[in-house]
Amino acid sequence: MEPNLDDFEGELKELREIFNSGKTREASWRKSQLKGILSLLKEQEHDILKALHQDLGKHHVEAYRDEIGTVAKSANYALGNLKKWMSSKRAKLPLASFPSSAKLVPEPLGVVLIISSWNFPFGLSFEPIIGAIAAGNVVILKPSELAPQCSLALANTIHDYLDTTAIKVILGGRHVGEKLLQHRFDKIFFTGGASVGQFVMTAAARNLTPVTLELGGKCPAVVDFISSSWDRKIAIKIIIWGKFGVCAGQACIGIDYIITTKELASTLVELLKKYINKAFGYNPKVINSIAKIINKNHFSRLKELLDEPGVKSSIIYGGLPDDENLFMEPTILLDPPLDAAIMKEEIFGPLLPIITLGSIEDSVDFIKTRPKPLAIYGFTNNENLQKKMISETSSGSITFNDAIIHYAADTLPFGGVGGSGFGRYHGKYSFECFSHEKAVMVRGYLIDFGFRYPPWNNKKLQLLKSGLRYDYITLVLIKLGLKSKA
Amino acid sequence: MEALSPLREGPDPNEAAMDVAGDLSKSMIKFYRRYPSITHRQHRSFSLQIHASLCRLMLTITMASEEQVKNSTAPAMFDTEAANCLMKELRSTFLAGKTKSYEWRSSQLKSLLKMLEDSDKQICDALFSDLSKPEMEAYIHEIAMIKSSCKLALKKLKDWMKPEKAKTNLGTFPSSAEIVPEPLGVVLIISAWNYPLLLSVDPVIGAIAAGNAVVLKPSELAPAMSSLLAKLLGKYLDNSAIKVVEGAVPETSALLEQKWDKIFYTGNGRVARVVMAAAAKNLTPVVLELGGKSPVLVDSNIDLTVTARRIVSGKWGCNNGQACVAPDYIITTKQYAPVLIDSLKHHLVKFFGEDPMNSPDMSKVGHSRHFARLKKLLDDDKISGKIIHGGQTDKSNLKIAPTIVLDAPEDSLIMSEEIFGPLLPIVTVEKIEDGVEFINSRPKPLAAYLFTNTKQLKEEFVSNISAGGVVINDVTLHLMVDTLPFGGVGESGTGAYHGKFSFDAFSHKKAVLYRGFFGDAPARYPPYTPGKLRLLKALLDGSLFGIIRALFGFS
Repeated sequence: MEPNLDDFEGELKELREIFNSGKTREASWRKSQLKGILSLLKEQEHDILKALHQDLGKHHVEAYRDEIGTVAKSANYALGNLKKWMSSKRAKLPLASFPSSAKLVPEPLGVVLIISSWNFPFGLSFEPIIGAIAAGNVVILKPSELAPQCSLALANTIHDYLDTTAIKVILGGRHVGEKLLQHRFDKIFFTGGASVGQFVMTAAARNLTPVTLELGGKCPAVVDFISSSWDRKIAIKIIIWGKFGVCAGQACIGIDYIITTKELASTLVELLKKYINKAFGYNPKVINSIAKIINKNHFSRLKELLDEPGVKSSIIYGGLPDDENLFMEPTILLDPPLDAAIMKEEIFGPLLPIITLGSIEDSVDFIKTRPKPLAIYGFTNNENLQKKMISETSSGSITFNDAIIHYAADTLPFGGVGGSGFGRYHGKYSFECFSHEKAVMVRGYLIDFGFRYPPWNNKKLQLLKSGLRYDYITLVLIKLGLKSKA
Repeated sequence: MEALSPLREGPDPNEAAMDVAGDLSKSMIKFYRRYPSITHRQHRSFSLQIHASLCRLMLTITMASEEQVKNSTAPAMFDTEAANCLMKELRSTFLAGKTKSYEWRSSQLKSLLKMLEDSDKQICDALFSDLSKPEMEAYIHEIAMIKSSCKLALKKLKDWMKPEKAKTNLGTFPSSAEIVPEPLGVVLIISAWNYPLLLSVDPVIGAIAAGNAVVLKPSELAPAMSSLLAKLLGKYLDNSAIKVVEGAVPETSALLEQKWDKIFYTGNGRVARVVMAAAAKNLTPVVLELGGKSPVLVDSNIDLTVTARRIVSGKWGCNNGQACVAPDYIITTKQYAPVLIDSLKHHLVKFFGEDPMNSPDMSKVGHSRHFARLKKLLDDDKISGKIIHGGQTDKSNLKIAPTIVLDAPEDSLIMSEEIFGPLLPIVTVEKIEDGVEFINSRPKPLAAYLFTNTKQLKEEFVSNISAGGVVINDVTLHLMVDTLPFGGVGESGTGAYHGKFSFDAFSHKKAVLYRGFFGDAPARYPPYTPGKLRLLKALLDGSLFGIIRALFGFS
């Protein structure tokens, strides 16, 4: 059922009034709402996990890890740091503007719109909401219609646990999204695909609304030779988890494809096969250790990717789709053609192409010539390669010898660059994302130099030149008439 | 910053500009309705449609201002093909990694500094020819400002470029993390005519410091400075990575069709909407430095002389009101207004003489279109009889006398749009606190100023008024402080620059996380068990005790 948005302008006006009343600016309000999120997650854990199972077939441990635990961690972190974030920062001033003081005062932006996506319906909704609340904004959330049970659960739980006069959930599909975007917000935070991202930004341009776009991209994992067999084992486990274990590859920071050398490929493939079975069992569909594909459209998109000539023949493991249950087997492809869609589009599913190159250093050029991904993963202990990757490639983030985990690091900004979006959040960055940093300067009347004012003459010019160079001795000399040129 | 960039120069460009976004949204909606499940290929054809409609609208604007273009003296036409070539060249320079090195960045900044030192005479002449800007103003507000920001960048560059260490938490232990600044790529800077040197070169400094390849499009409405910049930047800087494209609407449109890694625009809200809609096509982030009606709230318990001269110099002594941070209007109490007005008049005479129209210390109005707009504000019926000082105009020399308007109604033109000229309305309120409400009922300005000695009012002003920047007991001064971010909020723009903030505006902060293989928590990986869930809960809580309990199978 789609809500009637005909009187949305009126509703928006009410929300604006709430914001103008200053209620959401109070530290106590922000705290109570963050605590509300914590108790929501704790008390409604069962319903949340159930909704995630219905929409996405997520195993409850996976669901807990990605959508409840991580969010609770962020909410706790925000609660612990809120006071520090909200306080103003002093800025240094040059002596020329003495006597005065300056500071940076963070202030909420106003009424913000958060559009979240279906793959992590709770995580990707609450993570930005935490930032928006911490920064003192009024929030409107539009969750994705493609995960209907989760969206419904979001609407119900938020209604029960949070202040509904200032935090609203609007359910609905594309149509509702379009209608929403015709209105003016003070910030739009969007998580999703590039094409809708363009649409959102175009709509935002009409009102000069700043946007944060959290998109995706093809995140490569570069796998170098790792000498220790223990390390190698862990690397393989991480890769399998980072590809198939996060919503069946339907994650913006999931591993999209592997780059390795021709030499290493066969060992790597053997290890991957072995550990896929260990991790998910011989029949993952039955024991529900891997999530399903969100809907038919995506499912047929994935099948199309596999059906392309040249791609099909490169499948070396899996590849069997189960249309009825929307379940796609973990699939490995060795060297599919680079001009095939599977190597051009973001895969967003449990298909893992392995690209082999002559030497591992070539991976840098390979990545460089493609659109900037949201994340790059490097499995290597070679420090030179690490340095080369950091300085020569561009991406939202780089993680060495692990995957996905940077999402949980509150101290690191999370966000894309180029094709993978712009703007960043998580931890303090979430707070900043929804704040305006206001420059405030306070002056006294005590000292006021006459040379700041017209009518202009040469002496004033010389005084100013020295003043602006912070050359105070010359300034005094000119002032006293002892020197004529700065 | 109400600096009229080219696109505005047409009989009806405003509406056309406003329509761009609307037209695009409509076609997008249509397209999505037709293809509810959009594929990659469909998306691509869709993108082409957007492109076409964007070009068409740009063309509309272009044709609307054809007359103006005919009169312009642009030497050679810069079209889409030329823009493609330009982009190709800059991209290859950037990809070769040349601009990333510290040596390149510092050498360019040094040459820029040398350029400023060698050419201050030429610069002052150009500013005089475009705007009759007094040498003193040219020096303080343009040359000295850039010099100091250039010097600051040179001094701090190494620090800015250093990766910043980030703490890591228990959940990711053992690991180390850092945030590495990296250049965005090829960036476009579109600047304005009112401070044609400052607003062009200041962002260029940030872009170079951050290691980007840059294209600067100076405003064609300050033609002398535009051609001087093209000449000087061509002579002093590395042309394989830094280019100047001169021109008006067609040139700007051709530039906007390209895929940039950042667009930095200084100007007005109307053009900003076109720029942002064009940027949306390529998902390019934008910085928009706009303007707005920056208010000055004047309390009665102040040092009147200092207040008056600070306001007068901020309004008429900064390019004659044609500055984005210039005080736009004053709010004071009914009671205090006459005292304040007397003092303002007194200082006007003191600073600019009895005949301000001929004062060498005052800039002229930027150009004839702009003059006509200001004249219209003055001729508005709603303010007839309310002009209490000045009001004289001289069309042939583009001069308007410093003018004070008392109690202009809220719906008059002068109180509805950014003035950007030597007209100063004074709004009177019963109590000074009402001023805060007055400001809050309007779009967020770029700057808000307050003169008072009351601590409480200061606090209320700072915490309740949303503006790009706030200055207490002075005007415009925050612009000169490089430790403060300079930029707007809401209608006054997005993004900030100056000092380190300029570097940040043109950098991407890349998160880098290093992990060892030691100490890996198997709880993260499938197969999932109840024990793993307990461990995970403990890990994410960050409680060491819980982790130990979970590891030993308690709880």
